[in-house]
Amino acid sequence: MSETTTPSTALPEISVSADKVTSVDTEPKNTFELRNVNVFYGDMLAVKDVSMAIPHNQITAFIGPSGCGKSTLLRSLNRMNDLIPGARVEGDVLYHGMNMYGPKVDPVQVRTVIGMVFQKPNPFPKSIYDNVAFGPRLQGRNGNLDDVVEEALRGAALWDEVKDRLKDNAYGMSGGQQQRLCIARAIAVQPDVILMDEPCSALDPVSTGRIEDLMVELKKTYTIVIVTHNMQQAARVADRTAFFTVLANDETGSRTGVLVEYAATTKIFSKPDDERTENYVSGRFG
Amino acid sequence: MADEPDYSSRVALPPRTRVAVGGAREVTESLFTSGDRKKKIQGTIFLGLLLFGLSIALISIAAMITWAFVAGGPRLNTNLFTNVPSVVTPENAGYRTAILGTLYVIGGVIVLIVPLGVGAAIYLEQFANPANKFNRFVDLNIQNLAGVPSIVFGILGLAFIVRGPLSLGFVAAAGSLTLALLVLPTVILASREAIRAVPSSIRDGSLALGATVWQAVWRQVLPAALPGILTGVILAVSRAIGEAAPLLLVGAVTFVTFNPSFFEGGYSTLPTMIYSYAKRPQEELQVLAAAGVVVMLVLLIMINSVAIYLRNRFERTW
Repeated sequence: MSETTTPSTALPEISVSADKVTSVDTEPKNTFELRNVNVFYGDMLAVKDVSMAIPHNQITAFIGPSGCGKSTLLRSLNRMNDLIPGARVEGDVLYHGMNMYGPKVDPVQVRTVIGMVFQKPNPFPKSIYDNVAFGPRLQGRNGNLDDVVEEALRGAALWDEVKDRLKDNAYGMSGGQQQRLCIARAIAVQPDVILMDEPCSALDPVSTGRIEDLMVELKKTYTIVIVTHNMQQAARVADRTAFFTVLANDETGSRTGVLVEYAATTKIFSKPDDERTENYVSGRFG
Repeated sequence: MADEPDYSSRVALPPRTRVAVGGAREVTESLFTSGDRKKKIQGTIFLGLLLFGLSIALISIAAMITWAFVAGGPRLNTNLFTNVPSVVTPENAGYRTAILGTLYVIGGVIVLIVPLGVGAAIYLEQFANPANKFNRFVDLNIQNLAGVPSIVFGILGLAFIVRGPLSLGFVAAAGSLTLALLVLPTVILASREAIRAVPSSIRDGSLALGATVWQAVWRQVLPAALPGILTGVILAVSRAIGEAAPLLLVGAVTFVTFNPSFFEGGYSTLPTMIYSYAKRPQEELQVLAAAGVVVMLVLLIMINSVAIYLRNRFERTW
């Protein structure tokens, strides 16, 4: 963690309750802490023994070849994997110190705090307005949501383009606009974290650039974790980068993702410790 | 969606179910595609074959409708709709009680199949684990049920609904239940297809915003699938309206000269009434039967118009 700039908010934080001191936090503030996390699909081990800390208000990128489990690991951060029959997570996924897979944790609540943007823009077949208002409405806010919608659309740098056609079907927008709408939809719920699963892989370079600019803007407010196939993208936007690779077992035919190296992005792309990382980022493999 | 199982080929479904399933899918998918329908025709021979098949279908339909209007022509007047049936005075007899009977039976069918069929489809598509053996067993049996001849459902209705455990007697409600059982598999299969055609990204997107599975289904998946589901229901109801065989077994054969009720007394429906007239030798009754076909067509077009109007309304909810 030494090369990470400590966010200014991470001053030693002391909360005192009536009878005792409940926490003294002198570490740099981490949103997630993963300890020996294994993700299984049925009997198949998809991601093996990942330990890492994802810092607050930064962009952390997961890179690696196809099948290395980076998307799987991302989906375990907001319990989207729960929806796949047979998927299970071992080890500790701590969110602000709380075990996200604890028995009392409601995965639905988890997903309101940890939002997600998907690979392909997936607006709902409804109006732009209703897309953004869907999340707040789920939380029982049924009054006038104009302000919420405007704020979310401004936050996703989309307001000026759509303010005159909020009632139009979202399917009439361009791919890049649809993806920014999905980001607006996610931030309308006021999450703490936004997970992005290859958010630009279906977009042209101009739209990609706008979304990257947006990510840099959004990290002031949110913690962002992004999975990307595009190494330049990781180099451009991420503060820290994790490189994953896939270990294939020829006897059983199983493929398991492992974390090879996790460090500041500049280090990963200039002088990585691991040879495999160097081969990947220099384009010799993957 | 090439990786999805193709239900229309896995089991030999009856043509009507195939149409329902295909139609349901088509309508839902059209919501999610840009509407580019340009398709290249591979060759003039192939096109010719297609047009030949189409013309055979159109010619037979046109022939049937023309026959009904020509043969039933002398009796096409308002008496046909307002008078009660009679074999004694066929020149004045009408279909009033049969129209009401059909409306009662079909009303009951709609009330039964929409919640049951859509509910079963939602469960099978969104909640059931497809790897579970029991669910696969249910799945396979629904597909097989869609291919069971309607007369079998008539016997089932006679044994279990008219008599047996339910003992409703020969009433319109028994007809409704029997026909509902008959078309339920079609509705389930069509609804499943419509639901499956909604991209899973819509569901995932809802869940990622903190929706429960139920909220995601109810607020996003189901509204998007509704036009497709309605298409399936329209086709199922059209089939139920035209069904005569199972109703013959559950009581719809009587000459009813009073307005029917749902749970009491005899009832009759248009197809069974047409059958009752057509099997008699008198010339006037033959004419009356042909006129009955026209009545049935009018009724069918009216019911379908309402359903299509509803479907188009739901397609434009944004």
